[in-house]
Amino acid sequence: MKADPKNVLTGSHYLDGNYACAEGAIAAGCKFFGGYPITPSTEIAERVSQRFPLLGGVFIQMEDELASMASILGSSWGGVKSMSCTSGPGFSLMMENFGLGIMLETPCVLVNVQRGGPSTGLPTLPGQADMMQARWGSHGDYEVIALAPDSPQESFELVIHAFNLSEKYRMPVLVMTDECVGHMTEKVVIPPAEEIELLERKYTDKKPGEALPFEPTSDGVSPMIPIGKGHKFHITGLTHDYRGYPVINAETQEKNVRRLIDKVNMHADEIIWLEEKDVEDAEVVIMAYGISSRVIQPAVAKARKEGIKIGQIKMVTVWPFPEKRVRELAGKVKSLIMVEMNYGQVFLEMDRCAAGKCRTYLVGHAGGTVHNAVDVYNTIKEAVK
Amino acid sequence: MAATEIRITGFGGQGVILCGYIIGKAASIYHDQHATLTQSFGPEARGSACSAQVVVSDSRVLYPYVTSPGIMLALSNDGYLTHKDTMAEDCILVYEKDLVKPEKDGPKAKAFGVPATRIAEELGRKIVLNIVMLGFFGAVTDLVPAEALRKSVETSVPAGTEELNLKAFDKGYEYGVHLKEKVELKV
Repeated sequence: MKADPKNVLTGSHYLDGNYACAEGAIAAGCKFFGGYPITPSTEIAERVSQRFPLLGGVFIQMEDELASMASILGSSWGGVKSMSCTSGPGFSLMMENFGLGIMLETPCVLVNVQRGGPSTGLPTLPGQADMMQARWGSHGDYEVIALAPDSPQESFELVIHAFNLSEKYRMPVLVMTDECVGHMTEKVVIPPAEEIELLERKYTDKKPGEALPFEPTSDGVSPMIPIGKGHKFHITGLTHDYRGYPVINAETQEKNVRRLIDKVNMHADEIIWLEEKDVEDAEVVIMAYGISSRVIQPAVAKARKEGIKIGQIKMVTVWPFPEKRVRELAGKVKSLIMVEMNYGQVFLEMDRCAAGKCRTYLVGHAGGTVHNAVDVYNTIKEAVK
Repeated sequence: MAATEIRITGFGGQGVILCGYIIGKAASIYHDQHATLTQSFGPEARGSACSAQVVVSDSRVLYPYVTSPGIMLALSNDGYLTHKDTMAEDCILVYEKDLVKPEKDGPKAKAFGVPATRIAEELGRKIVLNIVMLGFFGAVTDLVPAEALRKSVETSVPAGTEELNLKAFDKGYEYGVHLKEKVELKV
């Protein structure tokens, strides 16, 4: 289905990454936003709160982040596309209900405009140190989908993509941007509505009394049950059977958790989005995501100009991790490099998948600014030896 | 063309950020350049010296921050003093003549001053001093075409204030054209 023209600000705009996230959500048909302001994410909520009244959406500033996350789960079950945004400590506070969203298999989008941490850390400066929290921040076993935009333009596009993934796989999807991208203003081209493809939620076609909220299906994704159409059903954060009722035993736990994991893993090839450049003949491959994948370009170009066979992989999706691709490359290249604004998070996954078959390098720092070209270049020189 | 870094500095309330926004929008929406705007968000930006940074380039801007500006617009002396040491060797300084006192051993390239606040006051609203600066900037530098800047002013200022702001832009531009002629005559 195509986007609704009245939700799409078609044209060229000069927008920051946060406003672009808001426009992406609106274009995707988001109709509920529950949030709590926190720097550097607040402009997303601000823009949504200005635009929603004209479009028939509901914006609520909740009392805190726990309630914000809960509100978007409720509104999603109520039948509308829902989003929240946060940063830093707010992301930590959302983690419990994020897990509830995973367990209830609830489509929604959460944008984390990453700042430096731990704790209140650097409210006004960038970081990428919430990547492992995105992966494992709520308790229990599960899989996540996380995307990382490198510009306002990509923020717009990836928020739409996140909504599509969340509806397709019936789960919360994370957009892991950062303060640099969020507060960076650039040209954003918003296409005509008919060029924006939206995936709509799959609802059961069964009659009331027959539909099950967690019915097993061949693709691992159960159709949802619409509210207000005569169905009576139960959902809970407790381990549940297909009917949605709590069943506290190992057998049900196995089925329940396996469904959460399998539905992402069995579609991983389809979900994983990598942009590769010069990888085929590469001796060294440099991997990065979000703003880091952008600021390494001058150093990579310099190295290539000097004859170093360096390839690049920009990870548009960070989770699920491109395990298969990294294993393949590890058998072919001398080294793999990961560039991220932290002291080695996604690096750990790259290193694990390299499994000792090639050298691995991290270009990392504690956040507060983006990487400088010199550090990246020096690591490339070392990695190609 | 390599990327050109611009820093606009002044104190909170002078319209420093809007100034950066208008330059970036002019370059990337009304001209065929790429432009990335970033701004200081810390507590220092609230009330005292603040700054906006724009990187303008013919190709995609890869590194978004300004480290060594090739053009600096100084709207206040505090802002000038805070950032003067970051100016590139050949940095063009565009400054508010009555508020900023550039040091003699400042930039090796040209420095252009305009009494923007006074011109804005003559127009009846001191608040448009940033737009006077922009018109002046359009005249004394050739990075972004003045026509694109003017269009960007028109579409960026609050509705109902377009006429006043365009007048302010034109005043600044005229002042800049005359000053540049004088400077070139001297050379």
